[in-house]
Parts: sequence; structure tokens; C-alpha cells
Amino acid sequence: MHIPDGFLDARTLTLTTGLSATGIALALWNLRRILPPRQIPLIGLTAAFVFAAQMVNFPVAGGTSGHLLGGVLAAVLVGPSAAVVVITAVLIVQAFIFADGGVLALGANIFNMALVGTIGGYGIYWLVRHVVSGLRGQLMAAAFAAWCSVVLAASSCAAQLAFSKTAAWGLVLPTMAGVHMLIGIGEALITTLVLVAIAQTRPELLAEPLPVNGTHAFERLAFGLLIAIGLSVFVSPFASSKPDGLEHVARVQQFEYKTAEKPIVPAPLPDYLLPGIRSPALATALAGGLGTVLMFGFAFLLARTVAPKQEGSNNR
Amino acid sequence: MHHDFIDRYSRLNSPVHRLPTGLKLITALAFLLATILLPAPWIGGFALIAFILLGLAAVSRIPPGFLASRLLMLEPFVLGIAILSLFQPGGGKIFFLLLVRSTLCLFSVLLLSNTTSFADILRVLKRCRIPGLLVTTLALLYRYLFVLIDELERMQRARAARTFRSSRWKTWQVLAAIAGQLFVRSTERAERIYAAMCARGWKA
Repeated sequence: MHIPDGFLDARTLTLTTGLSATGIALALWNLRRILPPRQIPLIGLTAAFVFAAQMVNFPVAGGTSGHLLGGVLAAVLVGPSAAVVVITAVLIVQAFIFADGGVLALGANIFNMALVGTIGGYGIYWLVRHVVSGLRGQLMAAAFAAWCSVVLAASSCAAQLAFSKTAAWGLVLPTMAGVHMLIGIGEALITTLVLVAIAQTRPELLAEPLPVNGTHAFERLAFGLLIAIGLSVFVSPFASSKPDGLEHVARVQQFEYKTAEKPIVPAPLPDYLLPGIRSPALATALAGGLGTVLMFGFAFLLARTVAPKQEGSNNR
Repeated sequence: MHHDFIDRYSRLNSPVHRLPTGLKLITALAFLLATILLPAPWIGGFALIAFILLGLAAVSRIPPGFLASRLLMLEPFVLGIAILSLFQPGGGKIFFLLLVRSTLCLFSVLLLSNTTSFADILRVLKRCRIPGLLVTTLALLYRYLFVLIDELERMQRARAARTFRSSRWKTWQVLAAIAGQLFVRSTERAERIYAAMCARGWKA
């Protein structure tokens, strides 16, 4: 979901750049307080690790393959603030050296993947972790959080595309979220399996995430606020009483529907709408909710299946 | 190090390569901004930008085939998102505009990344007072990325040499184990790097 240059308008670019810069500053400020100098190289190496791990191709079906995205994995391994810096560095190198994701759109991509995906995902991990204990709980939390982080980041990306009037909100959100609900399953599986592998060889790396994992209540609040502000700005034009942001734009810009081209495919994901529900928005929300509940159950089962059976794994 | 192929042309010697890094960064940003801010009906403007970029590419002595193949490799990602814009009133026009804009932007970034070494970009970032921790992280990422990819390939080769037949689930588990092992090795490498940095007088 790397947004290339040319898809976002100047307004969205300015907004996302400001939000991301604030988020990175917050993460760096937090790290300066908690990170011992001994562990500074670890952040760079973790970034290189995430980048390299993204190149491992997991076979899916029919010759296609998926790969890790790594936001939640990094946050679980080195803590949320370090993970923001790690994912940001990965995105910067991808944009400048590999031209993967735009340079002007870096702010948007950092906001989606390093802030919404990583911090949002870590927040969910943290919540589930406090409900279910032990290594099994940790794995389940990571699986569920990894899935959520991919879907959240994709939704945020969709909102920005719609906010820039690149694509219609009613189409881009269900498509992006729907596709990434599937991709997220792969991300959850890979994240969990990698954590299991680390737990089997070096359990102490999971027991205490490397850079001291402390965040102030202030920082949690600030990160949460930043993400909430960003998301609400991008989503607000579409959550209003007007049925569709683009229809409003069409009226303001006065291009009429008579002359408009017919959409090529009427409904790209007809199965996505649940039968018996009229409003597409409600159906999308319901399908999303159902998917989330299913994924929660799947995360639970996955953690039960893959957790290494060893003594002492329950008393943490 | 087998993996420095991706930006190998950034170390060529040409008039464009010799320009100061800051100037190249600012020019690339200006091109990107111009491409994005140019209103749709000004087709001449887009053509002018394309013309200047092609001229720069010619002067820079980067093999045109390499630039074209990189551009073609990246275009599917652009198309993937651009196609979403078709499903709306006036979609055809928006689609075409997106395609022109993003291709020009891609070309600008490709030119920048193939005429400027990343180390020079980092030096400019440092002078622009980007926080040291972020610059250090970027420098380490760039330096050790290729080392870790080599390490990853060694592990995958070892696995391939020892696995004859395997179910898909086993494959996933083994690949994840390799990735996990890579992280463990990265943490150990980070410790050695810290010791080496201190031995050379590095201060946080």
C-alpha cells in the first residue's frame, strides 16, 4: 500500500507531512529519554532486518506469494517508539533508493504504516496482552494486532486517496480494506511464526523487548491524539450527512451525471455486501466487524496451535 | 556483497553526478511539486517536464534500458491504485492524469536515486538538522541491508539443500524460522557494531 507520487493533492500532502513529522519527533524524543547508547545500533539493524525480512517470499497459492510488512513485529521486538523510527527508515530508503512509494507521499506513507499501522497495531497488542497472559497470550495478541494493523493502514490509505479525490470513497475503502483483510491473515501468520521461532531460540528477547519498553502516559496520549486527528480529518468529509463526498464535489464542480462516464463495473465486490441489508455503508461496516470477530477467534486458535510447549511459559 | 546492483549507477561519473547533492535534491523536489501542482489542461507543461527529464537522463550516461526497465517494473504498482479511480464519474480523465503525473514523478525519483549516492543524501540531511538518531538509523540500514540480505540468502540456500519435499505449512514455518534467526543474528551483530563504533571513538 505504498502510495506513489502523483496520487495525493497538495492539501493531503501538507497535512500528512505535518502529522508524520510530529509523530517521528515524538518517537525520537521518547527514545532519547529511554534508549541506552548501547542499543542505538540495534535500531538501525532492526530496520535492516525488517527490510530484508520483507524480501522473504511466502508461497500462497497458484504461484503467488506474500511477504511480511513488519510494523507489529518490530513494535513487539523493540518497542513502539523504536518501531516508528524503524518503519520510517525503511520507508525512506524504499522511496529514495527503490522508488517504491513516492518521495512527496512519504509523509502519507509514514502516517499510514509507521503511525497508524505500527502504533495502532501496538495499541491493540497491548490491550489483548493485558487480557490474555503467557506466551500464548503474547502470540495471540501479536497475530490479532498484525491483522488489525494491516487493515487500519489500508483504510487510512484509502481515506487519503478519497480525500485527494483520486478515487470515490464508497469504492476505495471497501476495496482496500477487503483486499487487506486477506493480506492481513498472511501478516498475522508470518508475524506469529517469526515470534515463535524467536521464542524457541532466544526466549529472553521476547520476555523483555530490547530498548526499554516504557512509554509515558503523556506519549501514549500524544500518539493516540495524533492518529485520531489525522484519521478524523481524512474521514470526516465522508461521514457527514451527505451520502458521498464525490457527489458533493460533483455538484460543486458542476459536472453532471448525464455527461459522466458510466462506471465500468457496477460493483467490484458484490459478495462483500451482506444479503438483506440495503445501505452499502452499513453492509461494509458489518462485514468489517464480522471479519474482525472471525480474526480474533483465528488468532486465538493460531496461538494455541503454534505456541511452543515448554515448561514455564505460563508464568509470565 | 552481491546486492549493490540496485543503485550501482549512482556512482557513475557524469556532469549530472558531479552536481552538488543539495542542488539535486532541491531540483528533484521542485520537479515533483511542479508535476503535482500543474493543472490538468496544461499538457504542454507536462511535456516540458518530460523533455527536461529525458535530457538530464541523456547527459547522466545511465543506460536508457536500465531506466526503462526500472520504470516498467514500478509501473504495475501505479496502475494498481490508478485503476481504482476509473470507477467514478469522469474517471477516464482522472485515470489518465494520474498515470502521467505518477510516471513523471517516478522518473524524477529514479534519476535522483541513480545520480546521487545515498551517503551524500544522508550528509545533506544531517546538515539540515534532521535528528542524529534517525540519520544514524538510516546509515546503518543502508550499510547493513545488503549484508543481511546475503545472510538471508545463505540461510535459504542451506535450507534448500537440506529439504527435499515439504508441505506448505512446513515451508511457512521454516521460512519464518529463518526470518526469526535473522533477527537474532541482527541483535548480536548490533552488539558487535556498538563495540566497534566505541573502539573508533564514537559518541552518542
